[in-house]
Amino acid sequence: MPLFRQGLTGFTLPPPWVALTILVAGVLLLPVIVVAASVFLSSGDVWQHLYTTVLGGYIVNSLLLVAGVGCLALPLGVIPAWLVTLYRFPCSRQLEWALLLPLAMPAYIIAYTYTGLLDVAGPLQSWLREAFAWHYGDYWFPDIRSLPGAVLMLSLVLYPYIYLLARTAFLEQSACVVEAARTLGARPVGAFYKVVLPLARPAIIVGLSLVMMETLADYGTVQYFGVATFTTGIFKTWFGLGSTIAAAQLSALLLFFVLCLIVLEQRSRRLSRYHHTSTRYRRLEQKRLHSRHGLPALAVCALPVLFGFAVPAGQLLIWGMQTWRASLDAGFITLVVNSIELALITSVLAVVLALAICYARRLQPGIMTGSFSRLLGMGYAVPGTVIAVGVLLPFTWLDRHLGHWLGFLSGADHGLLLSGTIVILVFAYLARFLTLSLNTVDAGLAKIKPSMDEAGRSLGISGIRLLRRVHVPILRGSMLTAVLLVFVDVLKELPATLILRPFNFNTLAVRTYELANEERLADAAFPALAIVLAGIIPVIILSRAITQSRSTYA
Amino acid sequence: MRYIPLLFFLALALQAGQAEEVNVYSGRKEALIKPLFDEFTEQTGIRVNLVTGKADALITRLELEGENSPADLLLTVDAGRLYRAKEQGLLQAITSTELNRAVPENYRDPQGYWYGLSIRARVIVRSKAKIEPAQLSSYEALTDPVWKKQLCVRSSSNIYNQSLVASMLAHHGLEKTESWIRGLVGNFARDPKGGDRDQIKAVAAGQCNVALVNTYYLAGMLSSDIDSEVAAANKVALFWPNQAGRGAHVNVSGAGVTRSAGHKAAAVRLLEYLVSIPAQEWYGKTNHEFPVREGIAGDRVLQSWGAFKADSLNLAVLGENNQAAVRAMDRGGWK
Repeated sequence: MPLFRQGLTGFTLPPPWVALTILVAGVLLLPVIVVAASVFLSSGDVWQHLYTTVLGGYIVNSLLLVAGVGCLALPLGVIPAWLVTLYRFPCSRQLEWALLLPLAMPAYIIAYTYTGLLDVAGPLQSWLREAFAWHYGDYWFPDIRSLPGAVLMLSLVLYPYIYLLARTAFLEQSACVVEAARTLGARPVGAFYKVVLPLARPAIIVGLSLVMMETLADYGTVQYFGVATFTTGIFKTWFGLGSTIAAAQLSALLLFFVLCLIVLEQRSRRLSRYHHTSTRYRRLEQKRLHSRHGLPALAVCALPVLFGFAVPAGQLLIWGMQTWRASLDAGFITLVVNSIELALITSVLAVVLALAICYARRLQPGIMTGSFSRLLGMGYAVPGTVIAVGVLLPFTWLDRHLGHWLGFLSGADHGLLLSGTIVILVFAYLARFLTLSLNTVDAGLAKIKPSMDEAGRSLGISGIRLLRRVHVPILRGSMLTAVLLVFVDVLKELPATLILRPFNFNTLAVRTYELANEERLADAAFPALAIVLAGIIPVIILSRAITQSRSTYA
Repeated sequence: MRYIPLLFFLALALQAGQAEEVNVYSGRKEALIKPLFDEFTEQTGIRVNLVTGKADALITRLELEGENSPADLLLTVDAGRLYRAKEQGLLQAITSTELNRAVPENYRDPQGYWYGLSIRARVIVRSKAKIEPAQLSSYEALTDPVWKKQLCVRSSSNIYNQSLVASMLAHHGLEKTESWIRGLVGNFARDPKGGDRDQIKAVAAGQCNVALVNTYYLAGMLSSDIDSEVAAANKVALFWPNQAGRGAHVNVSGAGVTRSAGHKAAAVRLLEYLVSIPAQEWYGKTNHEFPVREGIAGDRVLQSWGAFKADSLNLAVLGENNQAAVRAMDRGGWK
């Protein structure tokens, strides 16, 4: 029996799972609402002060940073994705997964390592001075700790979002589409521009918007590089000026920027729909490139891996060799377990939730409008600490009332029930990272033609069963991507973890931060390496699964 | 439904099994305080539960948790934050003759809301090769145009700089402080970036000739296992500023008992332990900070710097002036 009979009664009650999905999604919106609601509060004359002194700088720097990272990460992600999907060249198999490795590298860690290498006091410049008997000022050397430096650092670790989504999109395309273009007379490059790229465009734009949002939310890198952006401004207002409200209002302004970004993205996407229209799927044949083209292709693909992963990981390894004995104490295993546990719980929940939301929307667009899930995704652009406060506010309220109620029943004081447990942590992660799974699953689902659903229904399958039998198998790649993205991001997440975690509960990111923040980079190297390692394993699993999905595609 | 009785027993078991404990929210990193807590647990049997993080974020958590907060003790690395927590009504006053005896008056809250535990001084470091001690005198003199393009200091978002400016405000008033900031910014060798160790390294590398840094970073580099850190630190020398006048700017790490404390007695005991002689010696040896308690010998590096005169300003003033300090720095263009 079909779950939705449109046009028969005019309005039908949604099935329970849809209602539940809406409820959960609504609750997850709370932190963003709390932040946005701050605009209705008064923060005294703080805005006057910000406006006359620093606000202009924050806006300009943030825009430059986002634009710069967008422009750099886009080619870094799309070009290698295209090359490794459509061509075979030396090491292309290895590069397929290696290109994902920088994903496991937290942005502030790469910033620390490159500073260690390239700064005035670093080994490279020291060597230059000694070798040529130069002094500071005798020679020109680019300053890594600058706005362009921050653009470079963030692009190097964020491009994998674009690469990953672009590659999945390329792989999900059928060779038939490309061949159709070729038979119509398009050259390979022309077919890429006219057919492959437009078909992958939704996924690429999703990747780009993720990169931009993560850039807006970044605090560690810009703070260390002394670039005054919105996030550094938020914290200076909150911590320095002591105005929590003005800080939340700054975050609300940041949200407004993100909203503009989202509206633009939607408008650009609305113009066309992207489904496969070919009825046959056949995997794309990879063309072998010989040395004249193969080596440049290798170089183009190896570059981001080299600078986004190999160099910083090598530096960490050198530091880690000096300090691993001190780092590897009994508590270290607990750190690893805590980190992985949180990442696993959150990533699985996030993908289930994303699937439920996207599917509910597909079944009945009226109930879950697109803008609703966009709003849900906005948490990603808000700095973790701000989200944390947005989470604490409703949770402590709930705890107070639950506590009263339970205290009334049992006569004992229960204190806080949910705050200070990992429940609140997972909730905060979901509020912040749900967009990763949401966007990925959504982009995957958008490529499945509605006629597939119709075909399923005509066979008497509908609702959850239709999802399980038809959509999920096709979406396997997208879902795995979603799990991985959330997993790695939770692994790296710091600010919300720091403020919300229970007593005596540390993660690898917390340990790394505590040492790096004390400027003990060498001591921070070992836990940082552990984050990278823990992130690499799912990256490789994922990459293999995606490659296999090429051939098992039904 | 059938699990409810089970949960009840679990809750009861948890409550019955509770040994004596104390819950700490700490703005100080775990590695820099936990060894002392472990020692305390060993001696007293009181378990210390710890959450570390950014002090302001923890203060916000404390505020939102309100009466239900499990925290008993708030520990920070500067007096300004403790002042703010007190102003927000998150701390309670305690009386302890032991604490009052060990902690000098200007390093604790006048009403006993918080107590300083260790002292950190913000000093000038100079390039040994290029700058003679005689060329330096005070924070104020760093605005002299002779220092143009020679000064390195970290960003104004850093609390140590905010506290320094807050102390300037207390001594000189707003107008003079603002012109001091403008003079200082005019002498910057580069836009502020990095941490205190980075400023020391920049002096060692020749990018600047003088820098403003906290003492324990220099001491930490001098006693580091990493050769390059030691080498850089050896190229600079510490200069105690304002010795002819009010003394060098100091701040404290400190702690206060929260208003919601459910384990107040244990929290006070922990505070008393932290100012005890062995704990105070540990601060010097491990963290390279100066003890608040008088008559404690510092470690080798601290001793090599000799005795110094510290600004006797009550540190609560730093908290009072913090906001004004940030605004003045914003206006003066200190990034």
